[in-house]
Amino acid sequence: MNKTPFSLETVPCSVSPLSFDPDKCVGCNACVEACQIDVLVPAGAVKSTPFAAWPGECWYCGACVMECPVSGAVTLRHPLMNQARFVEAESVIKRV
Amino acid sequence: MQWPYQDERHVLAEETCDVLVLGGGLAGCHAAIAAAEQGKSVILLEKGAARRSGAAGTGFDHWEMACKNPGCLVTPEEMTMALYQEQGGYSNAIGHMIETSEGWDRLQDIEKWGGKIRDTKGEFAGAPFRDDKTGLMYAYDYTNRYTLRVWGTTFKPAMTGRMKALGVRLYDRTEARTLLTCGVNGRTAACGCIGVNTRTARVTVFRARAVVLAMSRPARVWLFNADTPGLCEFRPFQSVGTGHAMGWRAGMAFTMMEKSVRGEFSAAGRSFPPYGTGNNHNTWYAASMVDARGCPLPYVDRDGRELTTVDERYRPAPGQKFFLKGGVIDEPRYEWRGPETLPFDELIRRGYRLPFYADLTSMPDEERRVIWGMMVGQEAKTRVPIYQNYTERGFDPKKHLLQSYGNGWQSAAFLDQERQLFGAPGGTMHDWNLETNILNAFVAGDMLFASDCAGHACATGHWAGRHAAWAANEADLLPADRDAVEAERRSILAPLENRDGLDWREVNAAVSKAMQNYCGGVKNDDLLLQGLQLIRSFRTDALGQIACRNPHELTRAHEVGDILDVSELILEACLARRCSCSALSFERSDSDETRRDAERAFLTVKKSDGKVVTGRAPLDYSGDVTTGYERHKEGLIRE
Repeated sequence: MNKTPFSLETVPCSVSPLSFDPDKCVGCNACVEACQIDVLVPAGAVKSTPFAAWPGECWYCGACVMECPVSGAVTLRHPLMNQARFVEAESVIKRV
Repeated sequence: MQWPYQDERHVLAEETCDVLVLGGGLAGCHAAIAAAEQGKSVILLEKGAARRSGAAGTGFDHWEMACKNPGCLVTPEEMTMALYQEQGGYSNAIGHMIETSEGWDRLQDIEKWGGKIRDTKGEFAGAPFRDDKTGLMYAYDYTNRYTLRVWGTTFKPAMTGRMKALGVRLYDRTEARTLLTCGVNGRTAACGCIGVNTRTARVTVFRARAVVLAMSRPARVWLFNADTPGLCEFRPFQSVGTGHAMGWRAGMAFTMMEKSVRGEFSAAGRSFPPYGTGNNHNTWYAASMVDARGCPLPYVDRDGRELTTVDERYRPAPGQKFFLKGGVIDEPRYEWRGPETLPFDELIRRGYRLPFYADLTSMPDEERRVIWGMMVGQEAKTRVPIYQNYTERGFDPKKHLLQSYGNGWQSAAFLDQERQLFGAPGGTMHDWNLETNILNAFVAGDMLFASDCAGHACATGHWAGRHAAWAANEADLLPADRDAVEAERRSILAPLENRDGLDWREVNAAVSKAMQNYCGGVKNDDLLLQGLQLIRSFRTDALGQIACRNPHELTRAHEVGDILDVSELILEACLARRCSCSALSFERSDSDETRRDAERAFLTVKKSDGKVVTGRAPLDYSGDVTTGYERHKEGLIRE
């Protein structure tokens, strides 16, 4: 059996769904334990906060944010292409 | 960088229990709870973490077809037959009868464990969808009240709490990999499963008297994007049909696997996030819609009568008992067709201009608040990425219109070969016990053919769990074949031996392209056979070349193997059906019309001694649903 130790290699992609605020994150890793895809590396292993080693695998469920005890410590953001547009009703309806 | 978890690839552990549940979504949690409540020792394996995993881990908003709730005017039998006939008979009458008969029981259980199922604070007091005596909140048909609006974000934590209280041994981060079977009186029987820890690569043999498979349906079969694979499909990224794949390898029989539909969601950004655009379906039913000039899009009933009030959108047409709306109801037949805006093409023909918008500003206050706030906020994947993020971006439902894209809630137009298993797709063949052709192997939720939705998952999960518990009373704890286990373990860990090889993404992308090319919208024998050959060549030539640097990548490699297996299953099911069938969205250019009548049936496929065996069951194989339900609800009765 291969004796080469497991290694952690991050796999970047074109988007960054998850960001962490080191001033707010308490390093409890509740987000890491909530993520069903397991895209996060726990706080303390490499950085003081968790981070997404496999951001492309995020399916944008928001469990990490829902389980985080500190509002704003972790932020989930859909890619720019997925930001649906909204407009003021007045700007559309007045043209009738 | 250093791997943050232990290296346990050299460990081979063993655990035993009465009932082993594979998958910790809604169905699996209910199966585990039901079996534990019968006094059985229970182990549950979950690839993610059960508290928030599965398709509904972060929520869901509708509990469909709870026909025994105190407000409902439709009986379980009526609803079951409507759902069955609505799909031309290619539907699961057994699953629907369990769902409609016991969904309300399951919902009351969840409430006892801490889930929120009613408006206890009177936030919506006086609203036409709220029963002011019970606080229950209804959706779609406010007259017949079969579907409830619920606070699904509270459900999974409540269920995991209940499992812990009952002593269910929960193995999070454990991938169920191989179904273990052995011979019992000339039949194949399930006797456990090999699990792999997704962080440490520890392999554990879980031995059990009965097994419940409660995993999700196949995905990433036609749709894949290597850059953002997590955006490819509707269900969770790591749900790829592992239950289907392990069942197929073990000789389990499947039906309706030839059914696939043109893609409806995702494909890495082709569509917008589900429930995140202006639309008037599902979570957003029945939002007002306007065109680019602000002109309202007319709602009509099944007779084309234009509806003038918002309330009429939630009522059956004159002379109609009830209408059908819900997750799998796309274009119901006249008998059950509900209120809807005019078809897209008709709107364009009449001069309505794109883009369209959802307009909550003009809706009654309680309807606006219940759509934006409760429903968008409780549905899967909406609380944070839609409700919270849009609010942060400044979206105000009293002030803003939300744009609609494409021609409806799908928000994108997919090509015919970009397919998904969506809208009540195929799954395992089963009897009234929810037992498969493999003795002591039960199925729940998405593993059933033609199933969908949260209430169905919970109700069938509970049913499968208690029937597995009763089966465990009669079953022995059988030993696993040591040599077979060791060989399987070596195969499971093999990708960790490859340090230079293929990335799993390369193989997944090849499978998806092959399935688009050889199993697209229009099929024929030549294409299907070539597709099968190509898929099998990927298995022999490419799968063994995938290289993994850690257990996380190993899990992804295993998933690609499962995707290859379910692709083979789908191709074999397509080959077995010779005649096109619109009810299954199955079209052949070489359709054999002489077989049309003979093929009005559930065709089944399974593997036996390396060969594919086809079978057939009549569309009404469930028999009378009332008799079947009553006969089987209290015990395991093997016919």
